[in-house]
Amino acid sequence: MEKSKSRRRNRNLFLFFCVAPATILLFLFMVMPTFNVFRMSLYKWGGFSADKTFVGLNNFKILLKDAKFLRSMQNSILIIVVVTIVTMALAIIFAAILSRQKLKGQGFFRVIFYIPNILSIVVISAIFSAIYDQRDGLLNSIVYLFRPVGENGEGLIAWLGDQKLVIWAIIIALIWQAIGYYMVMYMASMASVPESIYESAALEGAGGITQFFTMTLPLIWSNIRTTLTFFIISTINLSFMLVKTMTEGKPDGASDVFLNYMYNQAYTNSSYGYGMAIGVVVFIFSFALSGIVNAVTKRETLEF
Amino acid sequence: MKKKAVSVLLAALMVMGTLAGCGATEGDAPAPAETEASADNGGGTDVAEEGLSGTLKVAAFNGGYGADIWKQVTDKFMEHNPNVTIELTVEKNLEEVISPLMKAGDYPDYVYLATGRELALPETLLKDNAIMDITDVLSMQVPGEDVTVGDKIIPGFTDTLVTNPYGDGKTYLAPMFYTPCGLWYDANLLETKGWTVPETWDEMWELGDKAKAEGISLFTYPVAGYFDSFVFGMLTEIGGADFYNRAMKYEDGIWETPEATQIFEIIGKLADYTEPTTVGNANKDNFKKNQQLVLDDKAIFMPNGNWIIGEMAEAPRTEGFKWGFAPLPAVEEGGNRCAFTFFEQAWIPEQAENPELAKAFMAYTYSDEAAEIFASNGAIQPIQGVSQYITDEDSKTIYSIYDTGAIASMGGFAATEAVEGVSMKETLFFTIDSIMTGDKSVEEWQAAVEEVSDQLRAALK
Repeated sequence: MEKSKSRRRNRNLFLFFCVAPATILLFLFMVMPTFNVFRMSLYKWGGFSADKTFVGLNNFKILLKDAKFLRSMQNSILIIVVVTIVTMALAIIFAAILSRQKLKGQGFFRVIFYIPNILSIVVISAIFSAIYDQRDGLLNSIVYLFRPVGENGEGLIAWLGDQKLVIWAIIIALIWQAIGYYMVMYMASMASVPESIYESAALEGAGGITQFFTMTLPLIWSNIRTTLTFFIISTINLSFMLVKTMTEGKPDGASDVFLNYMYNQAYTNSSYGYGMAIGVVVFIFSFALSGIVNAVTKRETLEF
Repeated sequence: MKKKAVSVLLAALMVMGTLAGCGATEGDAPAPAETEASADNGGGTDVAEEGLSGTLKVAAFNGGYGADIWKQVTDKFMEHNPNVTIELTVEKNLEEVISPLMKAGDYPDYVYLATGRELALPETLLKDNAIMDITDVLSMQVPGEDVTVGDKIIPGFTDTLVTNPYGDGKTYLAPMFYTPCGLWYDANLLETKGWTVPETWDEMWELGDKAKAEGISLFTYPVAGYFDSFVFGMLTEIGGADFYNRAMKYEDGIWETPEATQIFEIIGKLADYTEPTTVGNANKDNFKKNQQLVLDDKAIFMPNGNWIIGEMAEAPRTEGFKWGFAPLPAVEEGGNRCAFTFFEQAWIPEQAENPELAKAFMAYTYSDEAAEIFASNGAIQPIQGVSQYITDEDSKTIYSIYDTGAIASMGGFAATEAVEGVSMKETLFFTIDSIMTGDKSVEEWQAAVEEVSDQLRAALK
């Protein structure tokens, strides 16, 4: 009796010391800063001096009326929605082709698709700046074959200069860099589906497309759900990095995303507290969006 | 149950332990700093009798002029003052290096870092009243010379809203390196085509039409932010220095005056003459493509400063290319032509540990000895007699622009409290991208600028 008690105590102590470092680190580097962001959002503060003025929810009131913030919010939502849908569709299709079809050079394609993911976002922005170049860029060179440019520049397509196009230019770059990563994730879960199920389905007369929709998709559903949260988080972060390195929100704020706007307000405009208020909105937004997406996509898990 | 409670308690204790650790270090840190500071202050007052001593922390921005000039100047200063040790930090991303230290209470004593940069460190500090009043430095003797700092600095440079941001006659930022900003062009192109540099905007439009016929655009700009010197120069040119200063202090209705309207309209008209790919390249990644247009003779004029010579030194160019530099055209025949004077600044943080030593060093940076070292790398200070140290031919022409009739304009917007979501820089300059593409009309732009001016006036310090 005594022995087992002391053994249990030892075990608990051991567990405690195993968990404690991670808990403390999490608390110090995640919970505390997040709490501080929430707290700072209630102050008017430049970021350096000791005089912080408590302003309550005033920062959020300004935020609601700030057209520039609303535009950056719109841009961010557009980017998240389009990048998620298009990347997911393409990644699943490519993954299905590469894992189910017998293609020549499968390994080669796998590597090619994955390469953008190992590039730094700065490199990606340089690559796409070259692709989008108005006169000799890769993209426009093809377009101009069909639609020549006039003497004084009529018909030039300014991917990064046209206020309606620039956000799509950023979306294309983000999709390009994300496909490989998600494709590999989907391929991994597709590979775990036993071959025998497909064989019996083929015997029953199900073609490739039927197999894809009735078997492959439902069987990797839990994986797709997980990636949806990844999509939301990574698109928010990467869109900020790409905008920061490539356009900085130019022209005239047309390509601004909310994290970039937060950075501008917190530093360039010396409104640290206001920046933190934007941070709070982004935090709640991404949490809520992930929660909603998770709830909406809930299905019974299929087992093979 | 009991064990659970015990382990929870233990975990809580550990967390509290770590936090207490943090608290203690935070609380303790300022104490030694304070004592040190007061000790140094004590030493500082004795300076006159027994020479300078102590440790001076100098932080300098490593920009176009390089790090070497700072190393040489600080070495010389230590040579003259053997009891002084200088800890020098020269970084390209200086804000990112010193900001975390400053937040932790470790302030540099002397900082060379200009306003107008993305992270806006001096602006933020000014808004927080965290930069030291250095008016007394102006009456200090330049070491080894019988002239005061204030008398040695070219008149005007310490009367601007940049150096005296609160408009109260007290100087907070010391003017360091300056460059006239105006329109840059390929002098060889104009010569071979037989075109002359336009003296008025009417001549400018004429030249624009002539050039357009040959497939050359009149104008381009690196990024919209470069319009600051352009707009400031135009304000001075049209309304005079007083009008300019009223605009910088956000006077009510100033942007709706006929003078200001003229500027908005000129920029609006400039949109028709701007190289068509300009806006698409007017961003961080591609602005050099716009500067390249001038080197390639595809566009004639662009607003810029003398750093352009170094920035594009390696770039390919048309044969015979030669940099030309002109002040802004006048609005009418015989009118004023202005070249805005852009200058960088140095300052002392309010919480510097060793302000007396920092002020002595600041005075030293205006000595002939220091000026010569700075000028050797193209960094020209606004002080009497600096011209003898300018050796480069291109630079000589640029710095002599005020001798050939151009008027100068200096300073920037007055310091305000931070206004959330409102930025004059964005509204007045970044909107120009939209004017160029036609997404916004000149009237919308003008109204927006006046509105921002109203909002900032209410926040004036």
